[in-house]
Amino acid sequence: MIKFVLNGVKVTADPAPGERLSQTLRESLGAREVKVGCNAGDCGACTVLVGGLAVCACLMATQQAEGQRVETVKGLLGDPLGQRLVASFQTHQAAQCGICTPGMMVAAVALLRETPAPSEAQVQDGLGGVLCRCTGYRKIIDAVRGAGVAVAPGGVGTAMARLDGLPKVTGTEAFGDDVAPAGALVVKVIRAPHPRAAFRFGDLSALPEGLTVLTAADVPGRNAFGVIPAFVDQPVFAETEARFRGEAVAAVVGEAEVIARFDPATFPVIWTPLPAVLTVPEALAKDAPLLHQDRAGNVMCRGRVKRGDAAAALAACDLVVEGHFQTGFVEHAYIEPEAGFAQVVGGRLEIHACTQAPVMDLDAMAEILAMDRRQIRIVPTAVGGGFGSKLDISVQPYVALAALKTGKPCRITYTRTESMQSTTKRHPSAIHLKIGATAKGRITAMQFQGDFNTGAYASWGPTVANRVPVHASGPYAIPNYLAETRAIHTHCPPSGAFRGFGVPQSAVAQESLFDELADRLGIDPLEFRLINALHNGDPTVCGQVFTQGVGITACLQALRPAYARAKAEVAAFNAQSPLRRGVGVASGWYGCGNTSLPNPSTIRAGLRADGSIVLHQGAMDIGQGANTVISQIFATALAAPVECVIRISPDTDLSPDAGKTSASRQTFVTGNAARLAGEALRAAITTRLNVAPDAALTFLPGEVRSGDRTLDLTALPKDRFGYALSTEQTYDPPTRPLDHDGQGTPYAQFGYAAHLAVVEIDLKLGLIRPLQFTAAHDVGRAINPLLVEGQVQGGIAQGLGMALMEDYIPGRTENLHDYLIPTIGDLPPIETLIIEEPDAHGPYGAKGLGEHVLIPTAPAILNAIRHATGVAIRRLPVTPARLRDALKEAGHE
Amino acid sequence: MTYLRATTLDQAFAALAAGPVAVIAGGTDWFPQSAEVLTGLPMLDVTRLPGFAGITRHGGDWRIGAATTWGQIAAADLPPGFDGLRQAALQVGSRQIQNAGTIAGNLCNASPAADGMPPLLTLGARVELVSARGRRVLDLADFVLAPRKTARAADELVSALWIADPGDRVAGFAKLGARRYLVISIAMVAVSLTVDRGRIRDARVAVGACSPVARRLVDWEAALEGLAPGPLPPPDLSGLAPLTDIRASGAYRLEAVCEMLTRLVTDLTRKGAL
Repeated sequence: MIKFVLNGVKVTADPAPGERLSQTLRESLGAREVKVGCNAGDCGACTVLVGGLAVCACLMATQQAEGQRVETVKGLLGDPLGQRLVASFQTHQAAQCGICTPGMMVAAVALLRETPAPSEAQVQDGLGGVLCRCTGYRKIIDAVRGAGVAVAPGGVGTAMARLDGLPKVTGTEAFGDDVAPAGALVVKVIRAPHPRAAFRFGDLSALPEGLTVLTAADVPGRNAFGVIPAFVDQPVFAETEARFRGEAVAAVVGEAEVIARFDPATFPVIWTPLPAVLTVPEALAKDAPLLHQDRAGNVMCRGRVKRGDAAAALAACDLVVEGHFQTGFVEHAYIEPEAGFAQVVGGRLEIHACTQAPVMDLDAMAEILAMDRRQIRIVPTAVGGGFGSKLDISVQPYVALAALKTGKPCRITYTRTESMQSTTKRHPSAIHLKIGATAKGRITAMQFQGDFNTGAYASWGPTVANRVPVHASGPYAIPNYLAETRAIHTHCPPSGAFRGFGVPQSAVAQESLFDELADRLGIDPLEFRLINALHNGDPTVCGQVFTQGVGITACLQALRPAYARAKAEVAAFNAQSPLRRGVGVASGWYGCGNTSLPNPSTIRAGLRADGSIVLHQGAMDIGQGANTVISQIFATALAAPVECVIRISPDTDLSPDAGKTSASRQTFVTGNAARLAGEALRAAITTRLNVAPDAALTFLPGEVRSGDRTLDLTALPKDRFGYALSTEQTYDPPTRPLDHDGQGTPYAQFGYAAHLAVVEIDLKLGLIRPLQFTAAHDVGRAINPLLVEGQVQGGIAQGLGMALMEDYIPGRTENLHDYLIPTIGDLPPIETLIIEEPDAHGPYGAKGLGEHVLIPTAPAILNAIRHATGVAIRRLPVTPARLRDALKEAGHE
Repeated sequence: MTYLRATTLDQAFAALAAGPVAVIAGGTDWFPQSAEVLTGLPMLDVTRLPGFAGITRHGGDWRIGAATTWGQIAAADLPPGFDGLRQAALQVGSRQIQNAGTIAGNLCNASPAADGMPPLLTLGARVELVSARGRRVLDLADFVLAPRKTARAADELVSALWIADPGDRVAGFAKLGARRYLVISIAMVAVSLTVDRGRIRDARVAVGACSPVARRLVDWEAALEGLAPGPLPPPDLSGLAPLTDIRASGAYRLEAVCEMLTRLVTDLTRKGAL
C-alpha cells in the first residue's frame, strides 16, 4: 500500500509495481483532471506537483510518491494563485480545447510560487514542458503574467469569455478517456507492423483466459468506413492484407488488469511482408502494386479547374517563373489521443467518444453494425483537439463491437504511437507551378499541377483533390488558369482532413512564386499582391463573381504600416549584425463550407414553461469556440442575455444535426441556423404578445414580458419537444455544382487573410527564429473578437510548425519527441488585425475563420527567409540543416 | 514483479544479487523506453539510498550524488567553472524533466545525445560505483562505452560523480535543436578553459550527439593552448562520426559543431579575461 497526500487529503493506493503515478491518480483515485497525452514526458499534460515540484505524473512510479504531497489542478483551486489563474485563463481565453490546460495551470502555479511577477521568458521557461496545439501559447503567456483585460458577457461583437471555459480551466471537463464507467472492459487493437503485409491468424484459442477477440468476422455489417459515400474503402479490420503500418487487424477485449499484462506482440498473427509503395513516384511506377484493384495506376481521383487558356497566355506574357515544391506528412498532434467507450443501454448502443462529427459517426456505425440508426446514440465527449482528423471515425467501431459482443461497457484509449500511426495526416504534396505576368506586374496566367500522397485509404483525399484547384490561385484575379491535381494511393497512413484541406500546401507554392515574380519585376511584394488582388465584381478562377464581401485588399492594406516599420527595422538591424532579418508577406483565402455540396445545419431552440431559454447546439466545439459563438448569435437574434441561455450539447438523441466541425463552416452555417432559430423564437413570442417584431423582451420565470404585456409560458401546452415554445431552423449555404472545367459556385462565401512575418536567421547554423507576426483577417464580422484572436494565434502556431519543424515519417516519428510541434518558446508575439468586410450570407456578416489562418503563415515565413538571405526554399519543413544547405548552395559562407 | 525503494545499500546489493533488475531513479528515460506492457523485471529505486542525492564539497573535490536532479544542479551554489553543467541542466527537456531526471541516470542511459555528457567531460568528472564487492572510481570517458552500454557491472550502482574544483576556469555549454524546449539535440558542445594573461590555457572541449559517445577533442584542445584572442584554428573534428538522421545530416552536424565551438571558445576567452 502506498500512502500520500493528494490535494490535502490522505489517500491510500495499491498500485502495481512501477505503475505510473498518472495511472494511479486517474484510475484508482479518481483524479481524472490529470490528463495523459503521451505517456513519455513529451507533452506535459499530466503535470502535477510532487513535494511542490512540477513533474510529469506519467514518468513517476507511484511508489515514489510515498509520503509526499501531490497536487493536481483541482487541489490548486484552493490556492489564491490558482484562483487568480482560473480567472485570468478565463478572461484571456487561455484555454481552447482544454486538454493541456490542467498541466498548464499546475506548471503556472509552480512558477508563480517561485516568481510572483514573471517576465515573458520566465513564463516560457516555466511552462516550456507543456505542449498546446490550439492556442499558439500567447494568451497563456498573457494569462500567467496577468496582463489586465476585462471581459463581460454579450451578444455578437462582444469579446466575452468562453461559455464553456470554466470546466476546462478547473480540470472538470470530461474528454474521451474521462467518461468510462468504473470496471469497464478495455479494448486493445492489434496493428500491422509493416507498411504492407499479407497475414493470417494463428491459434486464437491459445490466447490467455479472459480475452475476447474481435476480427473482421465479427463485423455484422459492412467492414468498411469512409467519409465520402463513393469512396468508402477503409476496413474496420483488414481481412487478408494490411495496407499501412498501424492498420488494425484484430482487437482483444478484457478486464483492465488482463489487458495491462497483455503484450500485443504475442497475438498470434503470421505476417508476410509484401513490397510496398511509400511515395507518389513509387506508386505511379509502371509495375507498382495496386492498393485498390478498381483504382488504376493508384490514382484515387483527380481535380481540375480551367479558365481561359493558361498555356497560350504563358507563352505571351512578359515574364514567367516556375518552381517545384514539396511538403511532407503533417500530424495533427492534438494532445488528446482518440478515446471513448461504448455500452448497451436498454437495447440501444451508446458510443461516448471524442469526435468532430457525431452524425457522420452515427451514419458510419449504422453501416458497420448493420443496425437501425435509431438504435445508436452518439454522445460526444469534450474534444481535446481535432483539426480535421477527428472527423473520421477511429475508436468508435472497436468499442462498439466489443460492447455488443461482451454485453459490457468497453473503453479504449489510443497510445500516442497508435494515434499517430493509424489516424489521418495532412497530405504530402509535390507541386509544379508556373506563373506569368506582364512587365507592369499583372498576372495573366497560372498553371498548377499537384500530386497528393493520399495514403492507403480515401478518407478526405477527394476533398483535397477538389479544393486545391479552386484555391490554388490565392485570392487574386487570374484570367487564364489551369490547375490539375491527383490523389495517389500509397502504403502510408490515410491522408485526410487537416485544417485547410491541401490549401496550405498549394499556398506555399503560389505565394513563394509571387515573391519571385515581384522581385524580378522590381515591384514591392506587398504592392504586387495589391495589384493582383481580387475585387468585388472580378470573376474567381471558378468564374464565380462576388459582388460584395471580397476582403483581401483590405487585409493587405492593413499590413502596410507594420510592413513599412518592419522593413525599416530589419534594414537597420542587418547593417550592424552578423544575423540576418527579413520580412515576408503572404495571403490566403478559403471557401467556407462544403464545395458545391449540400451542407445544412439545424438548430433547435425553445422556451420552457419555467421561462428558461434552451439552445440545442449540435455544432461540435473542439476548442475553436462554437459553444460560445453560436450562443452569442442566437442570443443576439432573440435579443436575450447570452448568459441566460441554457446550452444542450451535441448528442444525437438531443440535438439536431449541425453538421461536422470542418471547412470553417460552423460560425457561418450553424451560426445562420442559430440566427434563424433566434429570430423564429422571437417572432413566436412577439406574435403572441402582439408587439412589434423588434420590441424589447424581458425573460422572467414562467413568462416573457414586453412593456405591459405578458406571455404566460406556464399556460401554453407543451409542444412535441416538451417546450412552451420552440423552433427548429435549418440553413444550407447557396452553392452550385462545378462543371467539367471547375466553373460554377463552389462556396457562398470566402474568408480572406494576409500575414506578415519577421524572422531572424543565424546564417552559419541555419537557424530560423520568427520574431513577430502581424495577421490581418477578414472575418466579415467578429462575433467574438477574443475567439478570433485565439484562432489566429493557434493557426499561426500550426503554420509555423509546418514551415519549420513538422515532418511525419511513418515508422520513424511516431511520438512527440521525434515529431516536433512548436513549444511555448517558439511563438513570437502575434498582432491580429481584424478586418470586417461583411458578407451578405454570413450571420451578421460573419465569415468562417479556422482554416484560413495557417494558409498564409508558412509562405510568409518562407518569403521572410528569402528577404533575409536571398534564398528561396521549396521544401518543407525548413530544418536548420536544410536551410544551411540551401544557404551554402546560394554562396553564403 | 516488485518495486523496491531501497533505503540501505545492503538492501540494494541484495536486490542486485538476486538477478536482473531495472535500476530506476528519476524515471524520465525508463518510462518512455519501457513498452506499454511492464517488462516484468523487478525494479530497484535508488533515489532514497544514503548519499545518493545532493552536492557536497570534500576538500578540493565536489561530490554530486548519483540521484541529484537536474533541477537541484541548476539551483546549486556552484562556482562559475560549473556554468556549462548548469546551462546543460537548464536545457534538459523541461522543468518537469529537470525536477525528476538525475545526473547519473542521464549517464547510465548512455544516449549519444545525453545532455550531461559534454559538460561533465570538460569538468573531468569521475564516476563512483559501489557494490557488495566494494567501491571503484572510473573516468567518465571509461564509464560510458557505447550507446546504451556502460562499464557498470550487473551488481554495481553508480553512487556519485566526483569533480575536482574547477578553480578559476570558465565554462559554457550550447545545445542546438529544432525548437526551444523538449528537444533532443542535433549537436551539443561544452568548453572549459582558463585565461592566463590573455592566453587560453588548459582548454577542455567536448562534443555530444556527433559520435556514439560524447567525446573530448583533445587535438583541438592542444591547438588552443596558449592562443591569444583572435581567430581560432578550425576545430579538428576527426574523432567525430555524426549520423545522418531525421534531425539533421552528419555533414551539417560537423559544420554546426565547428561554428558552435568557435563561438563558445571566443565567448569564454573574452569572459575569462575579465
